[in-house]
This record gives sequence, structure tokens and C-alpha cells, in this order.
Amino acid sequence: MTVLKKLAGRAFRRSVWVYHCNSGACNGCDIEILNILTPYYDVERFGIRLVGSPRQADAILLSGAVTRPTLPLVKKAYQAVPAPKLVFAIGSCAIGGGCWYDTYNVTGGGEKAIPVHYFVPGCPPRPEAIIYGVALALGLVEKKVAPVELKQMEFPVDMYRQARLFEVNNVIYKLLGEEDDRLDSGRK
Amino acid sequence: MWLWNKIKQLAISFRAGVVTLRYPFESRPAPEDFRGQPVWDHAKCIGCAGCANHCPARTIFLRDICQEVRILLYDSSRCTYCGRCADLCPEKAITMSDRFELATDNRQDITQTIELFMMTCQRCGRCYDLEIKNYIDRLSRLGYRYDSLEVRKVIQRSTADFSPEELEKTIGYERPGRLDK
Repeated sequence: MTVLKKLAGRAFRRSVWVYHCNSGACNGCDIEILNILTPYYDVERFGIRLVGSPRQADAILLSGAVTRPTLPLVKKAYQAVPAPKLVFAIGSCAIGGGCWYDTYNVTGGGEKAIPVHYFVPGCPPRPEAIIYGVALALGLVEKKVAPVELKQMEFPVDMYRQARLFEVNNVIYKLLGEEDDRLDSGRK
Repeated sequence: MWLWNKIKQLAISFRAGVVTLRYPFESRPAPEDFRGQPVWDHAKCIGCAGCANHCPARTIFLRDICQEVRILLYDSSRCTYCGRCADLCPEKAITMSDRFELATDNRQDITQTIELFMMTCQRCGRCYDLEIKNYIDRLSRLGYRYDSLEVRKVIQRSTADFSPEELEKTIGYERPGRLDK
């Protein structure tokens, strides 16, 4: 059984047939997806082919924030894909809804409708970014991003000093005593 | 004839050469004016929240956890990479980098968290006013007073349910004109 699973996994990696599912995108991401099939970014060298029906597909390239009318259709398309399946969310809209994450007729990203395995951010993502995302799923490249945490460890004393300098240099009222001191120091 | 055509086609395709890029196996830098993932310089940031207020996708959040500490959260997954945050940053702490290979299997991988120290007010010694959250109470700081008859005229009164008594009061009601008339 395990041998068969390994074989199936390897065969799955050799030729991923993708189904392009537009769920209310602005066509920016769709054009970039079609762009990766051109001779310039030829993805058929990885065995990736665009198919017309989800029943023939291994993976779904989901683009667009899932709008209310397309929600049942996206769910149906996901159910029609045979069992070892991958879902790629292409573009900011498919990942989390983009600008329309809280709009009344938008579900708020592909994750709310179907399980999403890989995220390709960008608005739209470059064709290279889409190829990178698919290559990441196939195990050809390594992940390059990690969560970033930054801290202002040093207390910004410099800012206090700047404020103090501003106060000293822009004096409107001077006390008489200070004036005398300064004059005295000048005499010395 | 058919074979001759095929040979001609082959000659044409050989002349064109190979145009396919070997992309995932060799790096391919983005063009100069490309807007990739924005990167924060935490040493320069003053925590003015201009980026958070102007982000069209609302991907930048600010959390004031206590006095003097403010946390800036940036979620790159929903970002539209418009570059407005970098444009309006007064300290030029945000730069749009050329990073575009951001594909992950986990959305948390493309987030940035920045902890900021805030300056205190020289008058009251605090950073934020966390006590007065009511907007009407805040108006009192600008000089608004409940007992000012001139201002009271402008305020519209309403009830939760429809009341005929309030409707009767409005008969012959005139909108207040300019106060200085």
C-alpha cells in the first residue's frame, strides 16, 4: 500500500493538470495564468497542462474573491476534482478577498469556500511568481519567506535629544538669570 | 510537397532559437520599477499610522497594547502592492522591495510585526488617551458644552420608537440658520 502511495505521489508530481477557476476576478490574474502557458514561460516542461473540465484536473488555480453567485459553483468544481487534489489561490483576492474582504457580496477569499493548499500573493502575481508557487508544490524549489518580527530594542533617545535641541535653539522667552549667566560666561 | 512544408517550418523554428526561460532553476530579477513586498525599517518608523489609515486593502493594523508601546501588524497576503504606504511615509521607513516569490502553504509566513516605542506627551506624560473613549466626551476637549443653548439648537433629538408627541413638536419647526446672524 505504501509503495503504491509513493508511486502515486511521484506520478502526481510528474504531470499536474490544472483547471483554471475564475470566481469573479478582474481578469488580471487570469491573463497572468494564461501567460505561463506561452512559449516564453513554458510550463509544459513540468507536465502542467490546462484542462477544460475539473473532472480531468489534479489541481485548481483559483483566481478572484469568491463572490456570492460563484460560491456554489466553486464548491461544485472542487467536489468534481478526483481525490489527490491541490488548490492554488492565485492573487490577493483569492487568498483573502483583497480590497473586498468585507464587502456584502464577497465571501472573503477562497479559504471560506474550499480548503486552499498554496497561496500565491500579488495583484496580479507575476507569471514567475505563479510558476514559483506551482514549483513549490511540486518540490522543485524551496520556500523563501518566513514571518518577520522587528523590535525597536534601543529606546529612541535620539528623538528626545532632537526635541531638546529644538527647544534650546528656538527660544522665544529667555529668563533674565540665564541671560546674565551667558553674558558672564562670555566675559570670562 | 507536404514534407517540403514541414522542412521549411523546421528551418523557421530553428532560426528563432529557444526563447523559453529556465525560470525556477535560475533567478530572474524583477524590473526596476516593480513594486514587490513592502519592507519596514523599524529604526526609522515613528508610528504615525499614516500607512494604516491609507491602506486600501486594510492590511496594516495598529495595536496599542499599553502606554509607550505600539504594535504594527502587516498582512502581506491580502496586500494589493499599490505602494501608497511607501509614498506617504513621512520618514521614508517603507520601501517597496523587488521580492515577488512569496508563495507559501501558510498565510502567517508573509506577515510582519513591528514593536514601536512611542514618545510621551510633554504636558500629561502619556502617549495615548485611553480613558476617554466616548466621542461626545471627546468633544468637550474641543470646547463643546452641553449647556450652550446656541449649540443645543443644532442637535437633532430622536427616540427609539415613533412618538406622536415628538412629531407634534416639529410642526412649524424652522431649521436653525447661521448662528452669527
